[in-house]
Amino acid sequence: MSLWLTLAVNSIALGGLLFLLSAGFSLIFGLMRIPNLMHGSFFMLGAYFGVSFLQQGVNFWLAALLSGVAMALIGGLIERFLLKRLSGQELPQVLLTLGLSFIIADLCLMIWTGDPWQPATPPQLRGAVQVAGLFFPIYRLAIVAVAVVVALALWLMIDWTRLGAKIRAGVDDAPIARMVGIHVSKLFTLIFALGAGLAAFGGVMGAPYLSVYPGLDAEMLPLALIVVILGGTGSLVGAFVGSFVIGFLYNFGQAMFPDLAYVILFLPMVLVLVLRPQGLFGKVMS
Amino acid sequence: MKVQRRTVLKGLLAASAAVAAPPFLRAQAAPFKIGLLTVKTGPLAQGGNQMEQGILTFLTEKNKTLAGRAIELIVADTGGNPAGAKTKASELIERDKVNVILGPLAAFELLAITDYVRDNATPLISIAAAEDVTQRKANPFVIRPSATSAQCCHAMGDFASKELKFKRAATISEDFAFGYEQMAGFQRVFEDNGGKVVKKLWPPFVTPDYTPYIAQISNVDCVFNGFAGSNPVKFMRAYADLGVKDKIPLLAGWTAMDDALLKSLGDEAVGVISAAWYSSEANTPSNKRFVEGMQKAYGVLPGGYSAGMYVAGQCVEAAIQILGGKADDRKALAEALHKVSLTDTPRGPVKFDQYGNVVGDVFIRKCEKKDGKLVNTVIKTYPNVSQFWSYDEKAFLGNPVYSRDYPPAKNLE
Repeated sequence: MSLWLTLAVNSIALGGLLFLLSAGFSLIFGLMRIPNLMHGSFFMLGAYFGVSFLQQGVNFWLAALLSGVAMALIGGLIERFLLKRLSGQELPQVLLTLGLSFIIADLCLMIWTGDPWQPATPPQLRGAVQVAGLFFPIYRLAIVAVAVVVALALWLMIDWTRLGAKIRAGVDDAPIARMVGIHVSKLFTLIFALGAGLAAFGGVMGAPYLSVYPGLDAEMLPLALIVVILGGTGSLVGAFVGSFVIGFLYNFGQAMFPDLAYVILFLPMVLVLVLRPQGLFGKVMS
Repeated sequence: MKVQRRTVLKGLLAASAAVAAPPFLRAQAAPFKIGLLTVKTGPLAQGGNQMEQGILTFLTEKNKTLAGRAIELIVADTGGNPAGAKTKASELIERDKVNVILGPLAAFELLAITDYVRDNATPLISIAAAEDVTQRKANPFVIRPSATSAQCCHAMGDFASKELKFKRAATISEDFAFGYEQMAGFQRVFEDNGGKVVKKLWPPFVTPDYTPYIAQISNVDCVFNGFAGSNPVKFMRAYADLGVKDKIPLLAGWTAMDDALLKSLGDEAVGVISAAWYSSEANTPSNKRFVEGMQKAYGVLPGGYSAGMYVAGQCVEAAIQILGGKADDRKALAEALHKVSLTDTPRGPVKFDQYGNVVGDVFIRKCEKKDGKLVNTVIKTYPNVSQFWSYDEKAFLGNPVYSRDYPPAKNLE
């Protein structure tokens, strides 16, 4: 009984973290039609930024925010000066993001060395809550709260603001959106920066329990891909639901079918690709 | 990293300066070439960098001259994969014509090149732990001054059952050969002493969160973990966060509690008991020089990867001495390396069995917090531990190699 409860709560926590990672990925994928293979690198680089800020004695939440802002700037610059030059050419864009991810990985190795870093959990969130003789780390619950706040903010922005309407128009049909006077290329830069910033913020949030080390980028990228393929590209609801589905599958799958640990995450993805290629909440591309 | 690269460059410059010196300043023979197969890029770079620091510390201490021979060090980055290891090994052997290879880091890299170094008659001093390279498939050109996967785990199994009086254990380690071999060694000795391994967990090498595995552990006296790389850092934090650490003591293999890892760990590591073939606390003269050298040059506490390469350097020096400086015949060098017997190395006395594997001390350490810093305090030393533990060598080699299914776990619940 306690095993299942622990797993359930942990599933939700992992889902929250995955949402921070994949919300931006989904929007970028939906709007720009490219899987951004740098997304794991943004997550890792953000986490490293966070580590450096924390070493300077910066408050944990401030470090997460600063890291997100810094990464958003970098992401914006990459989009504006590199990806834009290749606009409309999806394959070169994907290759560019892949190449940059290798460069970022090696830069991180040079600057932060190969040693794993694990920032301490922020003091006010240390320890565990005890429910019915069962320990549960407070920090992971905090991540869920943060993810829900971010999800609400994103939802408000996408569904209730002019900017959000433009983004939705761009996702639905970029050429028509251009025709009615929306600066879709500006939206590209904005969304790319937003996605990068969110991933970096997620990286710092995840650092106290995932730790930061070379190779973290390559571990997170497939998770983002699975979530988005499952949920559907360009859909926030999809990313949200997909994250929690994967969170549960990951936890229960690894506990119940340990020998299938490698397949358990990809199986639902394959099913979705076969039965509903646009994803659970994706729209059929015209 | 920048500093390291610069130091490497300095080392190479110094080495090339020695080569470029006027002929009368040079020793009569060309420099003795050591090829280092290490990993400087990718996820395994942490251990690879430490290996390089270890051998550089040794060569600096010896002024780049071993037993009268000038030394040239050639560093090759395998990228941490078998194909890269093969390419770089052939570069070192065929282009650079090195006298001896140190490394590589990972077992799968070593397995990719053992036949190749034998065919090309180049001695290799390994730090990778794959059991069979010094057992059923022993290679006359390979020696291993570090340890086989299970060498320390045998001792841990003994300590856990006899001294800690644990009866029921769970094991957890990555789902690959190094993990299987470690857990098998622990299980064999622990169960031969009357204990029971009731649960064996195998998370994949890439596991973002260990909670689902830790949640399955209950009703045992101890958990033995054999994680490597950056995984132990993640695992131990989760183990403590879930409140399991206060209830079930954690035991560890050498990679999971390596001294070099301590700076990445926090309070979650306090109290963990580990078995390792190297301890930075060891009180030998060469270890003091080694630890000081590492502190001075890199500002770090050295662990097994650095120590392994330092000891490898000492073995090379001793072998050149045995050959009286005429160390250019690679076959003779391989034979001399097998005969090496050292009384003072950072890990204590070192000698080799007929298969080329070290017979040396194994330390049982307990992690403590002293003056705000984590240290692994040695609480017991098992002297002269062989890769066969106390088992008969012939019988040991008659069994299959340690694996996920051997020895069979009969007490799983």
